[in-house]
Amino acid sequence: MRQLVVIGNGMVGHRLVEAVLDRDPDGTWQITVLGEEPRPAYDRVSLSTYFDGATETDLRMPDLSATGNVELRLGQRATGIDTESRTVTTSTGDTLNYDALVLATGSSPFVPPVPGHDLDLCHVYRTIDDLDAISEAARGARTGVVIGGGLLGLEAANALRLLGLQAHVVEMAPWLMPRQVDEGGGALLGHLVEETGVRVHTGAALSAIEPGDEHAARVRLGEDHIDTDMVVFSVGIRPRDEIAHTAGLRMGPRGGVAVDATCRTSDPAIYAVGECASAAGTVYGLVAPGNAMAEVVADQLAGGEATFTGADTSTKLKLLGVDVASFGDCHCETPGALEVVLNDPPGRRYAKLVVSDDASTLLGGILVGDASAYAGLRPLVGHQLPGDPLELIAPAREGGGGLGVDALPDEAQVCSCHAVTKGTIHSAIADGNDDVGSLKSCTKAGTGCGSCVPMLKKLLTSAGVEQSNALCEHFTHSRAELVEIVLSTGITTFSELIAKHGTGGRGCDICKPAVASILASVDGGHILEGEQAALQDTNDHFLANLQRNGTYSVVPRIPGGEITPDKLIVIGEVARDFGLYTKITGGQRIDLFGARVEQLPAIWGRLVEAGFESGHAYGKALRTVKSCVGTTWCRYGVQDSVAMAIELELRYRGLRSPHKIKAAVSGCARECAEARSKDFGIIATENGWNLYVGGNGGFNPRHAQLLASDLDSATLVRYIDRFLVFYTRTADRLQRTAAWIEDMEGGLDHLRSVIVDDSLGIAAELERAMDRHVSNYSDEWRGVLEDPDKLARFVSFANAPETPDPTITFDTERDQPVPAGPVPLGMPETPPATSGSGPTETPHPNPREA
Amino acid sequence: MTTTTLPTRADTGTDVWVAACPTNSLIPERGVAVLLPNGDQVALFRTHDNTLYAIDNIDPFTNAAVLARGIVGDRGGEPTVASPMLKHVFALRTGICLDNPDVAQRTHRVREHDGQIHVRAQPDQHHDVR
Repeated sequence: MRQLVVIGNGMVGHRLVEAVLDRDPDGTWQITVLGEEPRPAYDRVSLSTYFDGATETDLRMPDLSATGNVELRLGQRATGIDTESRTVTTSTGDTLNYDALVLATGSSPFVPPVPGHDLDLCHVYRTIDDLDAISEAARGARTGVVIGGGLLGLEAANALRLLGLQAHVVEMAPWLMPRQVDEGGGALLGHLVEETGVRVHTGAALSAIEPGDEHAARVRLGEDHIDTDMVVFSVGIRPRDEIAHTAGLRMGPRGGVAVDATCRTSDPAIYAVGECASAAGTVYGLVAPGNAMAEVVADQLAGGEATFTGADTSTKLKLLGVDVASFGDCHCETPGALEVVLNDPPGRRYAKLVVSDDASTLLGGILVGDASAYAGLRPLVGHQLPGDPLELIAPAREGGGGLGVDALPDEAQVCSCHAVTKGTIHSAIADGNDDVGSLKSCTKAGTGCGSCVPMLKKLLTSAGVEQSNALCEHFTHSRAELVEIVLSTGITTFSELIAKHGTGGRGCDICKPAVASILASVDGGHILEGEQAALQDTNDHFLANLQRNGTYSVVPRIPGGEITPDKLIVIGEVARDFGLYTKITGGQRIDLFGARVEQLPAIWGRLVEAGFESGHAYGKALRTVKSCVGTTWCRYGVQDSVAMAIELELRYRGLRSPHKIKAAVSGCARECAEARSKDFGIIATENGWNLYVGGNGGFNPRHAQLLASDLDSATLVRYIDRFLVFYTRTADRLQRTAAWIEDMEGGLDHLRSVIVDDSLGIAAELERAMDRHVSNYSDEWRGVLEDPDKLARFVSFANAPETPDPTITFDTERDQPVPAGPVPLGMPETPPATSGSGPTETPHPNPREA
Repeated sequence: MTTTTLPTRADTGTDVWVAACPTNSLIPERGVAVLLPNGDQVALFRTHDNTLYAIDNIDPFTNAAVLARGIVGDRGGEPTVASPMLKHVFALRTGICLDNPDVAQRTHRVREHDGQIHVRAQPDQHHDVR
């Protein structure tokens, strides 16, 4: 097996390994990766989200070591390269042989050697360790100065702002982001950045940092100065090329390891990629060119002939909430090129297109304030303009305006992060990839910065792929559309809905429970009343959770997880008397397993008599509101989390929704209730409550994001009312809140504008709907116990109502009853008498619902 | 501990017909389980057009006796029930699992007589529709 050593485990080093693995299905390369940092590769581009709720885990790149051909050595640096013996020595004293070596050492932040640059309060902004140090230093600090008003500098300023500091940005050039935008764009950018509260100092040269009195330091800008508690340098990068230099490899004219078009260094067994490489004399400080180099090297290692001939340095970013994009020849350097400019400061937008001297070809452009045209314009660079350039940057009109995807030539790059052309995407669509998700996994387009995802949708549409959001074969509508129909028509039965708005037929296990949920959330009657009963999934049908042997589990509500000793004893007695298995749930309540259908009413009867009610563990509904002990007992608590959790659980109990809803309330920032793993989570502050939304555990865990902070209790409840009703009305079937927010046009920002700013003018209606829910609530178990018709359905057999199902038997395990027999594997044991002659296939569990 | 009470038979000729329940207690698009004299179980359904169907009650994929508690509907017009366990869909007329046609439930004949629904104890011998 051939040995590949990769020095560096940043984004580009990671991408290189991924690209090699893609091209090496037989595992002919054994790969060793040396990573200086103690943690696996992470997304450095999204670093500022670290201060906006993202954790290190959120930022982490996919783990590639699972294939077995990759050894990741974290916290180990390469200390030397011997090009004669083809070995690398490491900081742990090991010697690694290589057949091929790739340098992906990246860069380090450049710190200008001004007096005071080495004071303790000076930081850089590059690694997670740097961020942790900044975050630590921000405690008790009021002011922070970022030196450098480029892309990273603005990211760093945003980080300081999120940490609660008054942030200043110092830029030597006359405007911000001088590499990406021109003077006109820079002027608007500076204005919009100042609106976010960041102070901008342009045309300002740093002369010294002096230790100060009241503040920690004074930043000298010629005649002016800023007093500050912290300084972050973000003026540029320097390639990490020391090891290559020592090994005798040829260097580029402005630093970096010189590489040829195949990304080979002066030693043919050694390649360099990313920010440490100097390609045709240029060091690229962006991830997209680095990724392109990684692809070239991977291709070379697989025997291919790919070359790197310069890269697209286009960027589209949201910095401090301001959209900025630049692409192609944005500074109009092509001889004879013309500029078409739209400068509209009141409209908060600036746009410039650079076109060829005959105005026929697009060469580049700059967009500030509104970069929505970027996805359509950037792929057009180098191509014939489809129309009047001014039209292309004019404000979007009804019907989208701007540019259609049909105007793009096949070779136009749609995804610049992964260099995917429109042609590649078209063939992927022709191969049957008919949604954005499969296009992403097949072509990698849209998996980088994500700015081309709207483009992918348009390409699908233009290729004639109907992006169906039909619920099932019986309805062409989505769940959200059916909610609209039910609300506007007042239809109250499934029969009427499917007759008037369905495609024919009688429904199925997809649409019936979905419509049942809609009717329940709109109408509010008992879910087993009349025709509605036949729509319910078996769990809702029997108000309990079906288990694998056909028995049910029963979960009484224990609001906020608070319970009296007497009630605990009742649960124990019921479990003992009915022979039930008991287990504590993750939602701070108690699950009683092994109840047969005909036992359910008697079990409920005992529980209801003791003051319990249904916990809705069986429903796509609010489950629990978990809590820590809060100020009642805890030395650290700042609010009464238990009382708030109980209030919320009692308010929202029984609310039917597209999927289950979980919630929690923590009494302080220590977050013992794990509120940020919930659909809505509340964390107490000194001043009130912070509301987080969109978290979940499960297969794809998500952290909830901050929706609003320091709310008083009444406002908190009002926002949650709006959030929950908006969710139940507009989410898709079985869509948790996290996916719902992600799918929403405008995402969390849009949600916040609807919930907090009432941008749609529906807040009052949403609150009224929740008030109706609260006043209509009644216990579903009691509803069955008090109605002989409903009660009559809880029998084992129609012809032998009290006879226990003979197939249900129990063993004993750890002193409790458990289903007897082996866990079935999902295949019938004996082939049925009528089975066909062909080979028996393994059944695929239905993927529609887990 | 529990004694199983075997249900009464309604004999007609050589076929054994089991009285399942009163006609008016089987609600459209709902199912009930019926215990047969030999201990087998069938799931008995009434569809919206008042047709009665009976198929084996035990879900062949999980061995749990639960098909009577599934959701009744149709797939492309074919009346179906979806198992509440792993959501496999079975055709009510033939018992065939539409998600895995190598698997089929046995079917039983059903009739209404004197305000009672009866299920034939013996399963049908072969499927006419495949």
